[in-house]
Amino acid sequence: MTRSRWGWRMIEAVGLTKRYGAKTAVYNLSFHVRPGAVTGFLGPNGAGKSTTMRMILGLDNPTAGSVTVGGQPFRQTPNAPRQVGALLDAKAVHGGRSARNHLLSLAQLSGIPARRVDEVLGVVGLQEVAKKRSKGFSLGMGQRLGIAAALLGDPQVLLFDEPVNGLDPEGILWVRNLMKQLASEGRTVFVSSHLMSEMAVTADHLIVIGRGQLLSDMSVRDFISANSADFARVRTPDTEPQLREKLSAALSEAGAHVVPEPDGGLRVMGLPLPRISDLAHGADVRLWELSPHQASLEEAYMRMTQGAVDYRSTTDQKAGLMQQPQPGYGPPAQQVPDVPQQGWYAPPPPQPGQHPYAAPAADPRLPAGPAAAVPAAAPAPADPTKPEDPR
Amino acid sequence: MASVPAVLQSEWTKIRTVSSTTWTLVSAFVVTVALSAALCALTKATFDDLSREEQFTFDPTLFSFSGMILGQLAMVVFGVLVVGTEYSSGMIRTSLAAVPQRATFLFSKIAVATALALVVGMATSFASFFIGQALLGEHRTTIGADNVLRAVIGGGLYMGLIALFSMAVATMLRSSILSLGILMPFFFLVSQILASVPKAKDVARYFPDQAGSKIMQVLPDAMGGNEAPYGPWGGLGIMVIWVVAALIGAYLVLKKRDA
Repeated sequence: MTRSRWGWRMIEAVGLTKRYGAKTAVYNLSFHVRPGAVTGFLGPNGAGKSTTMRMILGLDNPTAGSVTVGGQPFRQTPNAPRQVGALLDAKAVHGGRSARNHLLSLAQLSGIPARRVDEVLGVVGLQEVAKKRSKGFSLGMGQRLGIAAALLGDPQVLLFDEPVNGLDPEGILWVRNLMKQLASEGRTVFVSSHLMSEMAVTADHLIVIGRGQLLSDMSVRDFISANSADFARVRTPDTEPQLREKLSAALSEAGAHVVPEPDGGLRVMGLPLPRISDLAHGADVRLWELSPHQASLEEAYMRMTQGAVDYRSTTDQKAGLMQQPQPGYGPPAQQVPDVPQQGWYAPPPPQPGQHPYAAPAADPRLPAGPAAAVPAAAPAPADPTKPEDPR
Repeated sequence: MASVPAVLQSEWTKIRTVSSTTWTLVSAFVVTVALSAALCALTKATFDDLSREEQFTFDPTLFSFSGMILGQLAMVVFGVLVVGTEYSSGMIRTSLAAVPQRATFLFSKIAVATALALVVGMATSFASFFIGQALLGEHRTTIGADNVLRAVIGGGLYMGLIALFSMAVATMLRSSILSLGILMPFFFLVSQILASVPKAKDVARYFPDQAGSKIMQVLPDAMGGNEAPYGPWGGLGIMVIWVVAALIGAYLVLKKRDA
């Protein structure tokens, strides 16, 4: 690693905050990025990674705080393309201009000869489409063009915003090696991603943010040892749930941290495997499984960002596709008490006190047609407001 | 500092490597010259049908620029696209990451595009004049007559200023579609209509296009029109004030707002 003339803080953010109206995209973010290493910038979608990148490049003005590149605000950087190269948005090119002309216009800004343009086109493997309009480029080709633009000025500081998006496996491997090579040449490489798995093999240092705030700032090695705790997976017979409770209580009593898993197993931390076996034997619980595990980085990352995910998906209930009950035949779904949504065709479990003909298929008086096609999980056409059945 | 010559060179590369530059400038030239020529030929054939007053104040110079009402719209498109495509493509972020000095970036881009628009504008103006005069026959004037050369050069300046004004507006609005949606109806309809409504005329004559186009008149009350309270250069001055105001607005927007 070469010590740069700016010391170890090539990019330095201090109390960086950005608000867009009422929404705070980045809040009080302080970190620094050092040369000679790949620094991963990790966070879920909408965590503020791109906003931070734009502020580093002086494109967006911070609401509070400041960020410097090479010791000064980016807007005051002399001959910026020779100091800092950036890939922000693969598609940020005029589609009507050829790849080569796009790079040429950028090269001319800092007196880079046209020779160098052909050189970087070769580096990213685009020489064959250099004369083609970038309009027809795939996302992967766009990423390569963006990377070429970043490399153009042979800069000391490189920023890449999600560089592997849209790349094929060969391209991903290439980007990974490129980053490492750039860092090994003593450059500062700051690369954002939402994929922990990608960063685990590319980065030397990790900065994790969620909801615009710093969650973690440590080397990948420290991150792994801090977050990948060993644990044991224990499964008791599925047929006897009470055994699971019993074992869980016994293990907790012995000082273990027990977390139930969704498939019915138990995740046990803080006890060696033989001890778990002994305790199970002592509690007279049979085991179907007892296995050693190590939490993956992905899991550690998920746990860390759990509370900071802006866009969380929910199970698709497909309720919007279901037929609304015809007026007069039934109340809306939410008025039917205690009928869990069980899926498209699953019939609701019989409810005490409900009419026996609640399910539409069981009601011979219903007209054939749309109403009869109402899935059983949707409202049953029983009307609690009509207690007396006319039949 | 990204040096100004470097940015100028880069902007020249940008402008010459997209096809919209060619077709907007070619249409500005072709539309203006062809339409002016057609109207001149038609007028020569039907000159006797004009009213006495119109015959008396017939301004052959101004008349040979008639096609500019349509041709200037192509100039508007050129100006808007030069700036607007930076925003619509996202290229603006690449550009500003390479040239963080926003004033250098903006004024270099505008200088290159305006120079090109001026060259095309001058060519358009001179071609329209000479072809128009040739077709007007006995009603023609010559380039050596009083104020005629001023009007012809003024026509070229007018085309360049229209393009420049459009670039500034597009920088403020940061969108090609929005800019065209405002500028096209304004120059083609609103301004033209208001300029012929009795009361509104007094306001409309201070619009950039109405004021600026006075430079192309040789007779102050040409074609039965009213005499404006400013001269030809005064009119062009009013247009320049509009352009400068728009440029200041453009610079402030680019400087203050996030890219």
